[in-house]
Amino acid sequence: MSESSTTSDMVLGGDASVTAAVVREELLRDYPAKTKKKREKQIVINDKQHGDDGSLQLPVVAANSRTVPGIISQRGCCYAGCKGVILGPTRDIVNIVHGPIGCSFYSWLTRRNQTHTPTDEHDNFMTYCFSTDMTEENIIFGGEKRLRQAIQEAYDLFHPKAIAVFSTCPVGLIGDDVHQISAEMKKQLGINVFAFSCEGYKGVSQSAGHHIANNQIFKHVIGEDDTQRSKWSINLLGEYNIGGDAFVIEDLLERCGIELVSTFSGNSTYDQFANAHMARLNTVMCHRSINYVADMIEKKYGTPWIKVNFIGANATAKSLRKIAEYFDDRQLTENVERVIGEEFPAVVEAQRKYRPRCTGKRAVLFVGGSRAHHYQELFSELGMETIAAGYEFAHRDDYEGRQVLPSIKIDADSRNIEELRVDADQDKFRESDRQQGIQREKQGYTLREYDGMMAEMKDQTLIIDDISHSEAERLIKMVRPDVFCAGIKEKYSVQKMGVPCKQLHNYDYGGPYAGFAGAINFYEEIDRMVNARIWSRVQPPWENGTPAADAISPLPISMEEPEESTNP
Amino acid sequence: MTLLRHTQGGEITERQALTINPAKTCQPIGAMYAALGIHRCLPHSHGSQGCCSYHRSTLSRHYKEPVMAATSSFTEGSSVFGGQSNLLQAIENIFTIYQPDVIAVHTTCLSETIGDDIPQIAEKASEKGLIPEGKRVIHASTPSYVGAAPTGFANMTAGMVKYFSQSTSPNKVAGRVNVIPGWVEPADMREIKRIVAAMGLESIVFPDTSDVLDCPQTGVHEMFPKGGVTVEQLRAAGDSAATIALGPVCSGPAAVELTNKCGVPHATLPLPIGLEATDRFILELRKHNGGIVPQEITDERGRLIDLITDMHQYFYNKTAALWGDPDQLVSLSELLLTVDILPKYVVTGTPGKKFLRQMGDVLQDRKSEVQVRQGTGADLFLMHQWIKNEKVDLLIGNTYGKYISRDEGIPLVRHGFPILDRVGHQFFPTVGYRGAIRLLEQILEALMQLQDVECSEERFELTM
Ligand code: SF4
Ligand code: SF4
Repeated sequence: MSESSTTSDMVLGGDASVTAAVVREELLRDYPAKTKKKREKQIVINDKQHGDDGSLQLPVVAANSRTVPGIISQRGCCYAGCKGVILGPTRDIVNIVHGPIGCSFYSWLTRRNQTHTPTDEHDNFMTYCFSTDMTEENIIFGGEKRLRQAIQEAYDLFHPKAIAVFSTCPVGLIGDDVHQISAEMKKQLGINVFAFSCEGYKGVSQSAGHHIANNQIFKHVIGEDDTQRSKWSINLLGEYNIGGDAFVIEDLLERCGIELVSTFSGNSTYDQFANAHMARLNTVMCHRSINYVADMIEKKYGTPWIKVNFIGANATAKSLRKIAEYFDDRQLTENVERVIGEEFPAVVEAQRKYRPRCTGKRAVLFVGGSRAHHYQELFSELGMETIAAGYEFAHRDDYEGRQVLPSIKIDADSRNIEELRVDADQDKFRESDRQQGIQREKQGYTLREYDGMMAEMKDQTLIIDDISHSEAERLIKMVRPDVFCAGIKEKYSVQKMGVPCKQLHNYDYGGPYAGFAGAINFYEEIDRMVNARIWSRVQPPWENGTPAADAISPLPISMEEPEESTNP
Repeated sequence: MTLLRHTQGGEITERQALTINPAKTCQPIGAMYAALGIHRCLPHSHGSQGCCSYHRSTLSRHYKEPVMAATSSFTEGSSVFGGQSNLLQAIENIFTIYQPDVIAVHTTCLSETIGDDIPQIAEKASEKGLIPEGKRVIHASTPSYVGAAPTGFANMTAGMVKYFSQSTSPNKVAGRVNVIPGWVEPADMREIKRIVAAMGLESIVFPDTSDVLDCPQTGVHEMFPKGGVTVEQLRAAGDSAATIALGPVCSGPAAVELTNKCGVPHATLPLPIGLEATDRFILELRKHNGGIVPQEITDERGRLIDLITDMHQYFYNKTAALWGDPDQLVSLSELLLTVDILPKYVVTGTPGKKFLRQMGDVLQDRKSEVQVRQGTGADLFLMHQWIKNEKVDLLIGNTYGKYISRDEGIPLVRHGFPILDRVGHQFFPTVGYRGAIRLLEQILEALMQLQDVECSEERFELTM
């Protein structure tokens, strides 16, 4: 009925015996029984089964499940996903963290979200950190009074458009009603004040926080401003402007004549969110953090959505074309082709330069909820192969594709994340946009489609969800990848093993990597990393018998004769 | 374009509830840092996984080194029923997979609010056979709604004494002193060990993050690098002749604990940053080595004095704004006054009764020219408001000061924690005479560089 697409096991590295199955075995070897049982379901060989009907069967990855206590994990908390990731990049909301000081301090400017304010008169609170800095007394007697006072003080000092309140772990426990207080203050101050119950213990990772954040933005902000938008207007959902990525995309869209109504949430403002429902098409970049918002907007306002990816030159071109194709307009198509034509020569030039230096090298990617997938594009443009990958906080659909959505079981950790019930808005639903979507689908255009990471990865590669430190270390020892992509917590242990680590959360303070210009930046960066001479100099030349002894001897510099003296 | 565009001078209204741009962070990160200074120890954060992730990230960004720590990964269920089963499972996993000798558990706001009893859970783990022979689980209580990062450092350091130190005899080992270095860089701990050795004394320095957070690149990642105070040494600390606690906030409690538990007398000194503070440290060490100060140390001091006399003209009557941890601020202020820079604004979010008095001792007759603020409302926003009203020549503090620096055109010397935007600082000590030389060189460079960039063409000079 169905059969494996390849016959032999893929070799991941080292010698030919290092197959995905062998590596998997080693990663699991020393776990206590209970932990092993759990990890077995999250470390999976990408065994692709092709049905006769052209269908693709992928193994199940038990993603989005709780990290076992004591495991050194990459993951952060719900609050980090809510305040840090989703609301962090919006510049004109005063974000007050209700809790002791730490949670607020650590999310202060650490995610590298860039923002561009047109003038000094425009609000920008991203450089600020606001906290109620709860004391013991607040923990014992409740912190509601303090929160109310903090909101008032923020208002008096800054008169912002909106104030958002974020609950941290202890607040959930002592039961401060942040929503009630926000509602009261909203009434009292006459500005929008809303709260997020994003206590860190909710859900299993940042992903829960994305959901809570997006739900509240959907409830409290989207739909507030009905200003009309042009016929080629879109939202960009799930792009957070790390290292200036959103700037690159904004520029491309503008040159194509596509109006960007809002970005969730890179380089964004409150007003953009409020007006987002007026865009004609939603484009989803990071499927994990926001696909449900696209669904909710579609249900309530009629806006169809498509998946895009601006990481990788080919993917960028494809995404621009896909947007143009949706609007089905000759002028727009011409614009898009012109822009691609303007950008591509530099890309080809850069590929010509860097590809020979990188080709054949192997990458592994363990990061985020979409980047471990998207960045494989860039590596393949360099001729590099991804031999193992996994997400830090994605769900099954991000691995296996959206078709598994109906079969995902809701566990106790997901149950406490609110799913909004959304109906069509009687006044604001745009039937014309819905019809446009239906029309396009009839013509073979695909909406709401995401096949996930595994479909695009090679057969028999290794998928590791929520990789732990010990697994990462064993993986490196066995396959010696040429580059390891992860985050700050992994960066230096990986590099201590002599393997360069590219941070794909914060880009190692580099970037942008989106779009065509970003792709070129990335090629250059990877060339720098995989070819840096320093990695071959780790062993001291006096330690003989090291395998690379020849390679590491100092460069020959002729020194036989002293310089002739110029004195008589 | 201004980065902190919403900060204004003028009349400053007192805030009761809102902290803006804090000059502190939470207890557990201090506890985690301290625990990394125990050889073969894995810090463990008993709470939700976010805290642990944040602490590891921040420490890694500062030290550019791996920071290994585990977490109890609380669920909503554990936050209701307590985290006992999480910690038991964590202990089993950690000893099986990562195999440290010591697990140093610290709590978070969450587990503290729940009221988990860590020693009791550890006891249970022991009964269940989850703690292998010879291995230990220690703990410190570190709720962030009291104290701040230095408090967490102090609590974990005191915990080391509580769990390990023993007095085996009323006769203490002459010529051996314990030194508790406080929250300083790995290079500072290394320098402190060097100074004590140069003074002819044996030392037990704890915690000790040298060779843990400044490891050489060898192509091998050691989960537990060679550095760190050993459990043996911590035990033996109870038999040392004396303890010198550097910095009352970070190091005081452990020294007191050691006196109470093992009868080791202690002296608490300011962090040896700057001339006078280092003098005090040397004088204290001299009490234990028969009164000798080797020429090597005297020469180092002499070179520092020489440097100050050479630099003094550029420092005289300059003003600075400082923020950070109390122990650092007291000594830094004294150093600045030594070279005639006025520490005009001094801010710490870390509470603690003695800080203001110590600042008073340091400032003496210049008190009236200086604003010092501590605790709630003592934050970078307030300091920036002061600066808007009356500028200073220099900023000294962590990386967050760079926003003020750029907006106001005031040079920043990075000091304290965290430094997120520069590499290599962990290799250069600022304690001792040599450390002071480094610090003053940095300060002068910052001032001169600004002059070179900003002065008019006709005033641009070759020799300065
Ligand atoms: S909850 Fe407490 S321990 Fe955790 S990050 Fe926040 S302040 Fe720190
Ligand atoms: S206390 Fe909770 S919300 Fe704050 S960092 Fe820790 S896990 Fe996240």
